[in-house]
Amino acid sequence: MTALATEGLSRDFGGFRAVAGIDLVLAQGARHAVIGPNGAGKTTLVNLLTGALRPTAGRVRLGGEDVTALSQHARVKRGLARTFQINQLFPEFTPVQAVTLALLEREGLTARWWRPVSAHGAVVAEARALLDSLRFAPAEMRAATRSLPYGRQRLLEIALALALRPRVLLLDEPAAGVPPGESRAVLDAVAALPRDVTVLLIEHDMDLVFRFAERITVLAQGAVLVEGPPAEVARDPRVREVYLGEPAHG
Amino acid sequence: MRLALEAAFWLLALASHWLLPEQLPLLGQVWIVALFVLSLDLLVGFAGVLTLGHAAFFGLGAYAAGILAQQGWGEPLSGLLLAALLAALLGLVTAPLVLHGGDLPALMVTLGLSLMLAEAANKLPGITGGADGLLGVEMWPVLGLFRFDLFGRTAFFYALAVLFLLFLLARLITASPFGLALRGIRGNARRMPALGTPVRARLVAVYALSAAYAGVAGALLAQTTQFVSLDALSFQRSAEGLLMLVLGGLGALYGALLGAVAFTLAHHILSEMSPLFWQFWIGVALVGLALAGRGGLLGLGALLLRRGRA
Ligand SMILES: Nc1ncnc2c1ncn2[C@@H]1O[C@H](COP(=O)(O)OP(=O)(O)OP(=O)(O)O)[C@@H](O)[C@H]1O
Ligand SMILES: [Mg+2]
Repeated sequence: MTALATEGLSRDFGGFRAVAGIDLVLAQGARHAVIGPNGAGKTTLVNLLTGALRPTAGRVRLGGEDVTALSQHARVKRGLARTFQINQLFPEFTPVQAVTLALLEREGLTARWWRPVSAHGAVVAEARALLDSLRFAPAEMRAATRSLPYGRQRLLEIALALALRPRVLLLDEPAAGVPPGESRAVLDAVAALPRDVTVLLIEHDMDLVFRFAERITVLAQGAVLVEGPPAEVARDPRVREVYLGEPAHG
Repeated sequence: MRLALEAAFWLLALASHWLLPEQLPLLGQVWIVALFVLSLDLLVGFAGVLTLGHAAFFGLGAYAAGILAQQGWGEPLSGLLLAALLAALLGLVTAPLVLHGGDLPALMVTLGLSLMLAEAANKLPGITGGADGLLGVEMWPVLGLFRFDLFGRTAFFYALAVLFLLFLLARLITASPFGLALRGIRGNARRMPALGTPVRARLVAVYALSAAYAGVAGALLAQTTQFVSLDALSFQRSAEGLLMLVLGGLGALYGALLGAVAFTLAHHILSEMSPLFWQFWIGVALVGLALAGRGGLLGLGALLLRRGRA
């Protein structure tokens, strides 16, 4: 069954075509990576999939439903979650507060005004358990997000998406900028994603991509250059030329 | 500790009736202004929506309650209810305009709407009394029991009671999931839709809520002074409300109360010395507090308390 698909998805900025007619199909439970050089249109693609940007042309299908006209939050309610390449966190919240907020939203409770958050004890407990499973120390859970090391913030970025219990998860360079000493926890979190979740991973770290992905799409200048299993993509001379900056031989 | 401080605050507010018996009318005004600043705190401090025109709701509430009483229905609580409903309605109608763009458009639109309303009130003397103000506001006793008296005693307790009840409601709301979502929107408006939050709907709700609070504050002023002037809609009221909020501390309910109390009392004391003096010192205080962050007097107090204990 198809979890996520696009048809002719395009997006222009002024006269510049950042995403150019992308057709993509992710089966349920897929482990799919999108790679490509800087400015290839990867983040723009994610923004089109989530509804943060409107496409200039083309459609997005989520679980068989055409969601092209739906807002971001409506797509989230249908099981689509994402992380951001540049952290989008709540600097003053503690991780427990932030994850609690995500869980309350998942449960459709953020219009409730007549009971304190603390009265939703099960939700707060679930937030702690989720952070615990990502190996947040108790003291880290209670610290203001802005005071956490960058690697922890990156992990919280993933935690907020996981809290939504998505069916389809889009990860935009989850390990970007994480110092080697802290990257392990992030990579483990990606590896430990539940098998039934469909994952689209955008990543520059080739080790991670080849360890994780069952299929790889290579983008260049907004269009699909190559798509296939990792071994095939790795052999492809066009990929070497465009992505790895090596001239093609033959 | 926290609860003890809260209790102390409200007991002191109540005790001021006996501590400053000569100043009851002024204290009654303080509670009304505090309610207005509280309404701003819900919107600006918690949800992060900026406004320069909140007097529109205050004034609408004042005129609604005033005209209701002038037309022969002087029951105070129904005046408050009418003011809250009309202000909330105006909030619902104007929210899409205010929330359309970013901070700057919000400032311009709120300012523009409040100026339009003030000018409309000025140009409709048949309804509002225009520049002469709304006269002939006759109030019935509160709950059928307490007549408004010349010393401002009933006004003092009435305004304080309404402030207290609406404060409790605000405390409940800000501690709720809805309140957490509002703070989330202020903290990161880009993340919220990615969590599935309909950001626009939440902001419209808090905008209407805040408008209703401001409307009740205006109604209280009309009822306790039995008069409404164009001042109720003035830009100065909107601006001073923001000043008091920044002074007291944004995004903390007691900051709003503290700011209103400190500002009004300081204004009263200092402006008797010299008006220039007052403007100068409020300027100094504002620059100092703005540089210190969004904590205001409340943040300063908490800091001193921590230092004291350490
Ligand atoms: N809002 C925007 N307005 C104008 N141009 C944009 C906008 N967003 C992206 N672009 C342009 O579109 C192109 C694709 O950007 P995008 O961020 O999608 O690339 P990317 O593949 O994610 O790159 P990176 O690997 O650096 O994250 C770039 O040339 C970028 O400058
Ligand atoms: Mg990118």
